[in-house]
Amino acid sequence: MDLSAINPLLLLASLMVASTPILLAALGELVVERAGVLNLGVEGMMITGAACGIIFSTLTGNAWLGFAGAALGGLLLSFLFAVLTQILLSNQVATGLALTLFGLGLSALLGQSFAGARPPAFPKLDIPVLSDLPVLGQIAFRHDGMVYVGLLLVLAVWYFLTRTRAGLVLRAVGENHDAAHALGYPVVLIRFGAIMFGGACAGLGGAYISLVRVPQWTEGMTAGAGWIALAIVVFAGWKPLRLLLGAYLFGGVTVLQLNLQAAGLAIPVEYLSMSPYVATIVVLVILAAGRAPGSLGKTFHASR
Amino acid sequence: MKRRTLLKTGATAAFAAAIGAPLRAQDGPMKVGFVYVGPINDGGWTQHHHHSAMEMVEHFGDQIELVYQESVPEGPDAERVLTQMCLQGCSLIFTTSFGFMDPTVNVAAKFPDVMFEHATGYKTADNVSVYSARFYEGRAVQGKLAGHMTRSNRVGYIASVPIPEVVRGINAAFIHAREVNPDVEFKIIWIFEWLNPAKEADAAQALIEQGCDVVLQHTDSTAPHAAAQEAGDVYTFGQAADMAEFAPKPRISSIIDNWAPYYIDRVQAVMDGTWESVNTWQGIGDGMVGIGEISTAVPDDVKAEAEALRDSIAAGEYHPFTGPLNKQDGTQFLAEGEVADDGLLVGMNFYVEGIEGEVPS
Repeated sequence: MDLSAINPLLLLASLMVASTPILLAALGELVVERAGVLNLGVEGMMITGAACGIIFSTLTGNAWLGFAGAALGGLLLSFLFAVLTQILLSNQVATGLALTLFGLGLSALLGQSFAGARPPAFPKLDIPVLSDLPVLGQIAFRHDGMVYVGLLLVLAVWYFLTRTRAGLVLRAVGENHDAAHALGYPVVLIRFGAIMFGGACAGLGGAYISLVRVPQWTEGMTAGAGWIALAIVVFAGWKPLRLLLGAYLFGGVTVLQLNLQAAGLAIPVEYLSMSPYVATIVVLVILAAGRAPGSLGKTFHASR
Repeated sequence: MKRRTLLKTGATAAFAAAIGAPLRAQDGPMKVGFVYVGPINDGGWTQHHHHSAMEMVEHFGDQIELVYQESVPEGPDAERVLTQMCLQGCSLIFTTSFGFMDPTVNVAAKFPDVMFEHATGYKTADNVSVYSARFYEGRAVQGKLAGHMTRSNRVGYIASVPIPEVVRGINAAFIHAREVNPDVEFKIIWIFEWLNPAKEADAAQALIEQGCDVVLQHTDSTAPHAAAQEAGDVYTFGQAADMAEFAPKPRISSIIDNWAPYYIDRVQAVMDGTWESVNTWQGIGDGMVGIGEISTAVPDDVKAEAEALRDSIAAGEYHPFTGPLNKQDGTQFLAEGEVADDGLLVGMNFYVEGIEGEVPS
């Protein structure tokens, strides 16, 4: 065993990259669930985003436009979910699961002619001064732009939910949609907005896998990341800052266990492989999970 | 006509149609089924099986009809797919991943008239053959190249699922890397999947960060190549497919699976009625394992040495597992000059001496 081979700086740096897809997708789902809607279609929206990201970036030659296309793809898919669950009042769990299956198939179809296509390079930022800081510069300030977009979004969502009136209204809709409706808030409209924000975020998360981490299109390439994002929302108690912790913890232990394997740690590989899941659950449970939004997953109709 | 007679006639006709359907299926082109574990455009394992299947279709033209199913999960779900193919009238079905072994054997017992061919497994039956390629021969060539090309003396290996085939590959590569470079060490990461681009990318990243400058993979996507390309001075090898889009660097060579001749053979055997359950295991010499062009990033003398190894394996003059070799714990595996027989190779579940870590059980 040679633990000295593990460079902690590089480990922390790759942690930020490995966590970004889950962070983005989970953040979107957090807002959706805070508005009282359970969308189990995260995986489907992620994979569609991954496919759309490849398509848009290869066609335009610009990675940022790829991400915009991915957000749009995820958003359109979530719009479908919103129409089905908010207007046609279908069951959210069943519709969400169907959305995942639909997304997997749709992305396979969309990506068919893009197999093996390589997206344009997505440059890492070189921030003057900050990137040159010893230690911290190497860990935190030499990543690509999406890593920071993810972090800024966490802050923005946190601020929105806890410090703004609009955020309060969104939470009210999620806690008790009948009361919010009685107060005159447009429950369905607010939920439409939240669902579409969630779809766009999931799309971005998927595109981060296909444009930055891999970078290539392969069918089913998100490989369950959407489900992990869903779980992290619950274990983070529907709180944005804990969600950041959860996502970084999961990404961190994932990267760490690969490093430990490579360093030849004398622990059976099976335990290392399950460690990211165990560690994330244990830590977030110890932090005491929050309470689910009161109207989560319930169908709302103004007449009831 | 009385109403009752009409009903009777109708029922008879329907019955005849029902039993007639499978009989009629025998008249048309012969149906050949393929069950794939991944999508047919994965760039690696499944793509090459499909490519070989298409070559086979081209060879036979209208005589056969190809039925295939992509991305079938390994496990009980595969039985459903296989049963479906049997009911559709397939006469020969190829299942192309290790994890389809038990489903194949189970379904084969229910349909004794359908022939099955399972890739990389070891369970046979009267109507189940197994076939595989001696990938370890290609691994030996890769190991030799890796031993020469590494400057840090650290070689990374992204391993997939802990089955003998994968362990054999690691051992073959390691033995030949050590042969040319006594200081070389292997860092092995198991990801427990055949295809998961994000995980493969992370694994490659972790290996590169720990100083590996050659990365071998037994997983199916090109993600490790992309990671190596970004890192700069890291060499990789194509797996299952040539992956030439990453040549000449990072990809310096590859193992290419060529199943087409075997597929053509076996379909022909069913047509001729000469099909028998066999256990086929072919290597470089028979053309089932191809070594992709060694790229210009490799010095000429190293390239020549690797090609000489390839040719001597192909000619049957040299076996990659030739003693003296010890197991990891120091006990003897092969005595001086002894060559491993297929029985030993098929069940290989241990590392050879010098590799650190444990084989996951």
